[in-house]
Amino acid sequence: MNVEARFRINRGDFTLDVDLRLPGRGITALLGPSGCGKTTLLRAIAGLESCRDGFIKVGDMIWQDSGRCLPPHRRSLGYVFQEASLFTHLSVRGNLEYGLRRVPETARRVSVDKAIDLLGIGALLERSTVQLSGGERQRVAIARALAVSPDILLMDEPLASLDAARKQEIMPWLESLHEELDIPVIYVSHSPDEVACLADHLVLLEAGRIKASGAPGELLTRLSLPLAHGNDAEALIDAVVAGHDDGYDLTYLDFPGGRFTVTRKALPAGHSVRLRVAARDVSVTLEQQSGTSILNSFPAIIDEIMPEGSARVTVRLLAGGVPLLARITRKSAALLDLKNGKSVYAQAKSVALLS
Amino acid sequence: MPDTADLTALAITLKLAGISTLILLLLGTPLAWWMARTRWRFRFLLEAVVALPLVLPPTVLGFYLLVALGPHGPIGGLVETLGGRPLAFTFTGLVIGSVFYSMPFVVQPLQSAFTAIGQRPLEVAATLRASPLDRFFTVAVPLARSGFLTAAVLGFAHTLGEFGVVLMIGGNIPGETQVVSIAIYDHVEALEYARAHWLSGGLLLLSFLMLITVYALNRRFRLAQP
Repeated sequence: MNVEARFRINRGDFTLDVDLRLPGRGITALLGPSGCGKTTLLRAIAGLESCRDGFIKVGDMIWQDSGRCLPPHRRSLGYVFQEASLFTHLSVRGNLEYGLRRVPETARRVSVDKAIDLLGIGALLERSTVQLSGGERQRVAIARALAVSPDILLMDEPLASLDAARKQEIMPWLESLHEELDIPVIYVSHSPDEVACLADHLVLLEAGRIKASGAPGELLTRLSLPLAHGNDAEALIDAVVAGHDDGYDLTYLDFPGGRFTVTRKALPAGHSVRLRVAARDVSVTLEQQSGTSILNSFPAIIDEIMPEGSARVTVRLLAGGVPLLARITRKSAALLDLKNGKSVYAQAKSVALLS
Repeated sequence: MPDTADLTALAITLKLAGISTLILLLLGTPLAWWMARTRWRFRFLLEAVVALPLVLPPTVLGFYLLVALGPHGPIGGLVETLGGRPLAFTFTGLVIGSVFYSMPFVVQPLQSAFTAIGQRPLEVAATLRASPLDRFFTVAVPLARSGFLTAAVLGFAHTLGEFGVVLMIGGNIPGETQVVSIAIYDHVEALEYARAHWLSGGLLLLSFLMLITVYALNRRFRLAQP
């Protein structure tokens, strides 16, 4: 179910000009500042935004080509809007069944029960939509979109209208979607945090054009992109649970550059996890340190150094080929004589588990 | 006590209001839907035409309708050529006049109800496989129900109270085109105040009850929606 989308949309002084090719599985995040055209792009894929100049192919189905354009209701897609936008004249169950009833039985691959289970809304079915919390509403909206057995799921900042607590409530459900669904998901966001948790593939949009696309861990640490320069710059590392230390209550996580030691997590060996390492928590040493309390230290090669204002630099390191960022002072970089290609050790003071 | 003639006038009035409201809902719904959603730059012209009966003296509207519906008018002439009776001074003529006269009271509440729904619920329905007609009947109409209620009751109540237009094009034929408002006028002219009281009081009560129903139901609809 590969996805191809090419558009040229002119809206006054704004032009969206993109050529997207997405893998047929996993979550692709469209990340960019507001006004960069990410919602317009998503709406164009859904057919909600009319554009004459475009091409969309999802799997074997061509949704739009020169002259031909399927209306939105003929496209096999699920769409989650920024606000849940539930039908207020229907109950929760009525909302879930609205789309389902319009899908021929032969095309139903996701049962309502599965959608209800996936989002944990079984207890809400007979309620009126006005009795739901913001987080519950958004979960119903996601289940409603899944219940039509779409070939692709489009999500337009589904967490943007929720407060931090509600976001925390929904995040686990989104992560489980990620594991359970075998359809591509396009997830529009302006928050690198959400993207870090969810995305398998990242597309950066800026002023209507694709600035970069690739693996999130790669793009978040690319020094030519703005993401690596913010205060919250971070690296993402995919690791596997290697085992536990019962004596000290710790868990070992292996990645190509070495082994992380973290406080014990209730995860089986072999389980995949994603780690977040903030640039400001990483320091650089020339030799393996012995007299230190920091357990997470890896041999690495300096890939690139860029100044960050007048006092700091951001160092991109490769540990076993996996990129890491370190935010250190320019003075330290000079004292250690850091330069591209030099072998060093990267020490991570703190590590966060994302999933 | 009202006599048979008064009751006949009441029956004609209710029948006129009922039929006119039905026709207005059938014609007004697509018109209001279109006006709520079109981006046509001259929409305001049509809005002004629909709103005209709000400000026009009913006698003016009635005069033009009389001319149009009469045997020498474009519509009346056409009907006569086709073998029908001229429409002026008939019940059908009254219905046509009422439809024009009460048009804004039906179209405007519907248009604002459709506008208030906004684009979003319809887009959601589209992504849930609903065709445009399907979206209209399963999303727009139920979400605009308070607009429909207001439109129906205002259209009905306004037709009940119609006087000028009816007088111009319907005349005052008892048992055919004599409605309550004109019967009241006749009673007052003849100094039959008791009978005028009966009819006026009845109309007052009926109108008040209908408006109470609308406002009470609309309150409930509003409570059911965030």
